Amino acid sequence: MELVYLAIPLAPLIGAILAGLFGGRLGRAGAHSVTIAGVGIAFLLSLFVFKHHVIDGAAVFNGSVYTWMVSDGIRFEIGFLVDNLTVLMINVVTFVSLMVHIYTIGYMADDAHNWPQESLAGRNSYQRFFSYIALFTFAMLMLVMSNNFLQLFFGWEAVGLVSYLLIGFWSTRPTAIFANLKAFLVNRVGDFGFLLGIAAVLMYFNSLDYWDVFAAAPAMADVSIEIFDGHAWSLMSVICILLFIGAMGKSAQVPLHVWLPDSMEGPTPISALIHAATMVTAGIFMVARMSPLFELSETALSFVLVIGAITAFFMGLLGLVQNDIKRVVAYSTLSQLGYMTVALGASAYAASIFHLMTHAFFKALLFLAAGSVIIAMHHDQDMRNMGGLRKYMPITWITSLIGSLALIGTPFFSGYFSKDSIIEAVHLSQIPGSGFAYAAVLAGVFITALYSFRMYFLVFHGKPRMDEHTREHLHETPWVVTLPLVLLAIPSIFAGYWMEPILFGEYFDGVIQVAPAHDGLAQLGGHFHGTVAFALHAFVNPAFYLAVAGVLTAWYIYMVNPGLADRAQRSFSGVHRLLVNKYYADDFNQAVFAGGARGIGYALWNLGDRVIIDGLIVNGSARVVSWVAAFTRHVQTGYLYHYAFAMILGLLALISWTVFMR
Amino acid sequence: MAFVSQAVDRVFKMNVEMMGLQLLLPEIFVLTMACIVLVLDLFLHDRNRVVTYGLSQLTLFGALALVIALADGDSHTAMFGTYVADPMASLAKAFVMLVVFAVFLYSKDYLRQRDLFKGEYYVLGLFGVLGMMVMISAHSYLTLYLGLELLSLSLYAMVAFHRDSGVASEAAMKYFVLGALASGMLLYGMSLIYGITGSLNIAEVAASIGAMAELELALIFALSFVVLGLAFKLGAVPFHMWIPDVYHGAPTCVTLFIGSAPKIAAFAMAMRLLAESLGGVQADWGGMLAILAVLSLAVGNVIAIAQANLKRMLAYSTISHVGFLLLGILSGTVEGYASALFYAITYAIMAAAAFGMIILLSRTGFEADTLEDFKGLNARSPWHAFLMLLVMFSMAGVPPTVGFYAKLAVIQAVVGVDLLWLALVAVFFSIIGAFYYLRVVKLMYFDEPLDSQPLEYGTDMHVAISVNGLAILLLGLFPGALMSACMAAMGL
Repeated sequence: MELVYLAIPLAPLIGAILAGLFGGRLGRAGAHSVTIAGVGIAFLLSLFVFKHHVIDGAAVFNGSVYTWMVSDGIRFEIGFLVDNLTVLMINVVTFVSLMVHIYTIGYMADDAHNWPQESLAGRNSYQRFFSYIALFTFAMLMLVMSNNFLQLFFGWEAVGLVSYLLIGFWSTRPTAIFANLKAFLVNRVGDFGFLLGIAAVLMYFNSLDYWDVFAAAPAMADVSIEIFDGHAWSLMSVICILLFIGAMGKSAQVPLHVWLPDSMEGPTPISALIHAATMVTAGIFMVARMSPLFELSETALSFVLVIGAITAFFMGLLGLVQNDIKRVVAYSTLSQLGYMTVALGASAYAASIFHLMTHAFFKALLFLAAGSVIIAMHHDQDMRNMGGLRKYMPITWITSLIGSLALIGTPFFSGYFSKDSIIEAVHLSQIPGSGFAYAAVLAGVFITALYSFRMYFLVFHGKPRMDEHTREHLHETPWVVTLPLVLLAIPSIFAGYWMEPILFGEYFDGVIQVAPAHDGLAQLGGHFHGTVAFALHAFVNPAFYLAVAGVLTAWYIYMVNPGLADRAQRSFSGVHRLLVNKYYADDFNQAVFAGGARGIGYALWNLGDRVIIDGLIVNGSARVVSWVAAFTRHVQTGYLYHYAFAMILGLLALISWTVFMR
Repeated sequence: MAFVSQAVDRVFKMNVEMMGLQLLLPEIFVLTMACIVLVLDLFLHDRNRVVTYGLSQLTLFGALALVIALADGDSHTAMFGTYVADPMASLAKAFVMLVVFAVFLYSKDYLRQRDLFKGEYYVLGLFGVLGMMVMISAHSYLTLYLGLELLSLSLYAMVAFHRDSGVASEAAMKYFVLGALASGMLLYGMSLIYGITGSLNIAEVAASIGAMAELELALIFALSFVVLGLAFKLGAVPFHMWIPDVYHGAPTCVTLFIGSAPKIAAFAMAMRLLAESLGGVQADWGGMLAILAVLSLAVGNVIAIAQANLKRMLAYSTISHVGFLLLGILSGTVEGYASALFYAITYAIMAAAAFGMIILLSRTGFEADTLEDFKGLNARSPWHAFLMLLVMFSMAGVPPTVGFYAKLAVIQAVVGVDLLWLALVAVFFSIIGAFYYLRVVKLMYFDEPLDSQPLEYGTDMHVAISVNGLAILLLGLFPGALMSACMAAMGL
């Protein structure tokens, strides 16, 4: 079995290496074949592992593959922890990744047009793209399968690296370069917290192994530390908040969310894979994995809850004013990540992971459908130029509708089960801030429905608004594009029916720990009478009516009375400007952090670096070194008797040292 | 009757000694084969010289197999206690064989291009290997000295082996005279110890020193001479002056030989002499080695910066690496010895790769031994530039190459005995040292090539140097196995 575990991350890695290093020789078909084969193998093996663990009930596997080094008694290892959480994650990751790989064949088919003609970077870009996404799959699998913090951090940074490479994939576009630099820098902020958190774990637990740390954690619950004199903080709160800051960067929570909308500069397949389904959920996964730690700190949970609620509501609002089809989906992703974070804060880890899974399916579906529309529109992403596409692209239309219905939480679709259980869990939560969070997630339901169906109506219904040339060429995209849409649409509908074992059953027993006082899901489970009953319960729930109201509003504004949107925009111009400018978060960062950093950097460079360090220390010491080197070089005269003399002098020195110094 | 029982006794004793002889099988095998190659070579025509080469490689291979087969994890002495076979000897010998195997392979084309493809190089090389094996397994000062001289004499001859070359002859002459001086002092030190303890046997010397109530000044006096001999062999400052001239003057294939495997043997010699026989005065030689180490680190790293010739630069780099090696030994702990052994082995591997790259770039009438010759290597051959990059990173101690781990282990050993200042000195000078290693990388990747001729190399060379270069990377990623072998060799 260990070989199977090992093969799951290594198969995509081999694909990535082959496509990346030998892409030129393999050709396009060769490159996509090896990477799809690698990811396909990983997916089949993941299914096998699923059968082994979940159906056959095998015991949890926790073992190390190899020891990198041992320093001061701390083992730095590569190892796997395969429990039900890991099993769920590897299946989601490999499935979505496989779909995206297949889809990419169609999406990147004429990538040559995306590069300036003489660009060297454009050579073999197709192969390189496949290599990157396979490499990403490897890194993500390493992250979720890890049994220790070191490997977690490796996977964490590796997915970040590939994300950086892919956002800036079209490296000749200045906007792409700006976006990937931004993503990188913002993630550095989060990773800094994350690294501090890991360092704190190492410092107080003297181990990086999950199980060692989890076993020792309850004994540390009441330890407090003084980082600044006179301020005693709970150790667990400090560790958890630091770790969560890492999650805020990776999972784009306010205020570290600014990179995610810009990441849409990357090709659409990676927006689906990395910036919707998998990488951005790494933070959610990490917090769920660390549930034994987070349960010990109510402060940290409350912090998580409030950050999540802010993200869920305010980022959803921004989706209302976007005209770029991908950005609408991007803000929707931010908002849904907020929902997952809220669930984490309410200790409903299972609900959060459940929503992570259903969201992976329907959001990947929505992104890929958006990509399909973009292909058909010849890479025009502005929704104002679309309309009426349902006649030309029936498969894309139907699958988009399924994705949108799942997203807004229509009863019987997967998104309903996961989102509604989050809302209920927050409702039952007693953690400080839960009242605010409950209001935010409820209002978020209305917003979600509004922006989702605004996009849906603008793209697929109404009169075609594109130019004549584009309209003539409109047609359904090839099967490599539509097949993943259909395959993703299936779990987008049905994945919700797996709810009972995950949320209320034994699926996460021993994996996720929830303190009894926080356990809203268990209370909810007391009222649970089967999935169908849960779905029918929707009709007495405010959330359902809010969603319906959202859809109807969208329908009225964009289908029945198109002038209303403009009038509303004029009468609420202040609000509109605030939203269009994304609450001025970007401008604030640009002015204060980027500008400030550059100002300080410039000052330090001028005074500290150029004058003191460069002038005095570096050049000074370099001059000393080269002077000494040139001088001592002359000692090496080449004369034998000089050499012999030096030896005798050395001997004399040795003898006199021993005689006089003893 | 008494006569008969005496005879039986003697036969029995001989039998025991015969039992001991099997421990010497690797040495006996190499000696026999070296003689066979020597004689056979006389009757070979120049075009069949490859037979000599093949037989030499076969010898190394056979000796390696014998060493591995005889290694049983225990320590045995033979030849009346003058010879020892222990785990450290097996490990060191195995790596000597492997490194020399690579050296012979790299040298083949170089020699052929310069019309030097004669039997002498390989025969002398084999005798040198025998000398190293004897040094490594010595359990008496006399054996140690014999091994050292066998190695040194082979090396003197090898340096002078290109008779038409003026610089080579000069280098050989210097090496010979200085080597004789150092040998004389070493011998003098040993004789003093013999006078004090009444024995040449390493275990007996150690026991005798351990039993001394008060240390005699003469012993410290003797120690200084012994340390000088060792420092000369290793090339520690201020007994290093032969190194740049010899490395520079000798044909590159000989530099390659001198610069790699003998470091492992010299390390073993230091262990036998200092740790095993003079362990009782560790405080004294530890202090001496600390001075030598600091000087070596400083002089090696600083002067290397001013070199334009790559072989000379690597010579000074050797001196600085010797400083690190000494750090591990002087700590006087088992961990320190293990880390120094690890350092010696990995350094031999790195040095083989570095000089191997010079050989790979050279061709008939062109030595490729200046820094200029490495300009733009990436444009000419990306793979070989990458290998050289690995070597340079490893020498500078950049993770994840093995050089990082070797330095880390040594510094850990020094910190472990509370010599923090030494660790700081080592780190400080390796930062200075990083400059000249990285300069090579800069030349390879960011400068325009001066030389546009395609590289000439055989498939065996290409494969061997690739394996060698990747070994540096792989040992860095998976240092555990070799490190635990080194630990086991030191009895941990």
